[in-house]
Amino acid sequence: MNVQLRERPQTAPSSGVKTAIADCDIHPARATNDELYPFLAKRWHAHLETFGVHSYQGMMGGPPYPKAQPNASRRDAYPPEGGPQGSSLSFMQKQLLDPNNVALGVLNPLNTGQGIRNQDLAAAICAAVNDWQIEKWTSKEPRLKASVVVANEDGVSAAAEIRKRAGDPNFVQVLLLSRNVEPLGQRRYWPIYEAAQEAGLPVGVHAFGFGGNPITASGWPSYYIEEMVGHSQCQQTALASLVLEGVFERFPRLKMVMVEAGFGWAPSLAWRLDKVFSRLHAEVPHLKRKPSEYIRDHIWWTTQPMEDPESRDHLFQTIEWIGWDKLLFATDYPHWDYDEPSRVLPAGVSDADKQAFYLDNAKKLYGIS
Amino acid sequence: MARHVIAPVDELPPGSRKFIEIEGRPIAGCNVKGEGCGLLNRCPHQGAALCEGPLIGLASSSDPGEIEYTKLGEILRCPWHGWEFDIRTGQSYCDPRRFRVRAYPVNVEPGTNLVKGPYVAETIKVAVESDYVVVEL
Repeated sequence: MNVQLRERPQTAPSSGVKTAIADCDIHPARATNDELYPFLAKRWHAHLETFGVHSYQGMMGGPPYPKAQPNASRRDAYPPEGGPQGSSLSFMQKQLLDPNNVALGVLNPLNTGQGIRNQDLAAAICAAVNDWQIEKWTSKEPRLKASVVVANEDGVSAAAEIRKRAGDPNFVQVLLLSRNVEPLGQRRYWPIYEAAQEAGLPVGVHAFGFGGNPITASGWPSYYIEEMVGHSQCQQTALASLVLEGVFERFPRLKMVMVEAGFGWAPSLAWRLDKVFSRLHAEVPHLKRKPSEYIRDHIWWTTQPMEDPESRDHLFQTIEWIGWDKLLFATDYPHWDYDEPSRVLPAGVSDADKQAFYLDNAKKLYGIS
Repeated sequence: MARHVIAPVDELPPGSRKFIEIEGRPIAGCNVKGEGCGLLNRCPHQGAALCEGPLIGLASSSDPGEIEYTKLGEILRCPWHGWEFDIRTGQSYCDPRRFRVRAYPVNVEPGTNLVKGPYVAETIKVAVESDYVVVEL
């Protein structure tokens, strides 16, 4: 027997999942701050160095709440060549894509121009991040697909960016965040939905963002743990707004993905919406169907962080309401609350449902053959 | 049960760790304040390489506003989800009912004992005049 002494970092044990999977929430990072510069006009280099960026969130130079691990990421995910977690394609291949047999990985860059007050700068950074995703990631790794990031508060410029990327096979969705200046169904955001529908791209809404509102519906909480569970309430207000403003009436072919905000709350939100709608439908006569029907038809859900009730029956009942065909497996790599593919589902799921959950739903939604 | 040499004593000073693979199992040998501990380097929650995490203390509270911070340097925090384990016993502080990390006895043995066997140490040269950290598996 050979006894091997190994240097840090160790790679994680390879997962037990043998069949191919899709990972619908991967966060690529920049190795250095100036990695975007080749994709930005010279005037923005000077602007960034002179003035920096200002977000809607006042007095903020980082995330609003401290994170539980450095860069909110796994401590074993630092690339050996240096740089923050998620900034190396080769290490992502070695640590995530290869051992887990990821056939489709959807990139969701978070540090982009979204939430920046200067709209021209926001649009320039978003366009640069989109070019960077192709140059650094998708052109070198065909398993990875990019998300079109947009200056979310300026619907017109966002729509132009979406139209610029329409038909480009590097991109499989448009990415928004959940915390915006207004609830996501408001008309200022409709040009985004119009362009996404036209391009045939689903719109993902990822937890987080910098809209300037308190991060819970009752103000600023004390703890990071409250931010973590607060994502579900923020996502609920976004989803209720999308439904009640009539976004899915106006854009009947629009598909949306709720990313990293849980899904256990979906049935109860839908029940409550239906209940109140039966009494107040005169207030929203533009809705032709019950709110729950729009949710069932138009919404997909990424799984991480997976709901983990003590009784697996409770999980299965929740999924029964949502539909096994609407869940998209995601790891959230390299973030610290990563879900290991082999550990997220309890026993008792049929092979067909597992196949849909881990791979087929994502391939179908994102148009990957 | 076999005993395996992890390292010469002077290569595992207090606060340090060594990762070693024994019969396909990832094992971490740690020196906690001069005491040797061995753990299966796999988090029982989702399988992360547990010993990549930092050693912290245990924050506990008997009442809101009362905080005790004890066991400094004895609590291992998983590099993924932050689950906390007692590095000596493998006991979980997040869900002690369901999870425990497999812990293995670790001792310091003089080289004179080791060369007689039955210890497994193919890649570590054992010299009679030194002491070695040995894990029992």
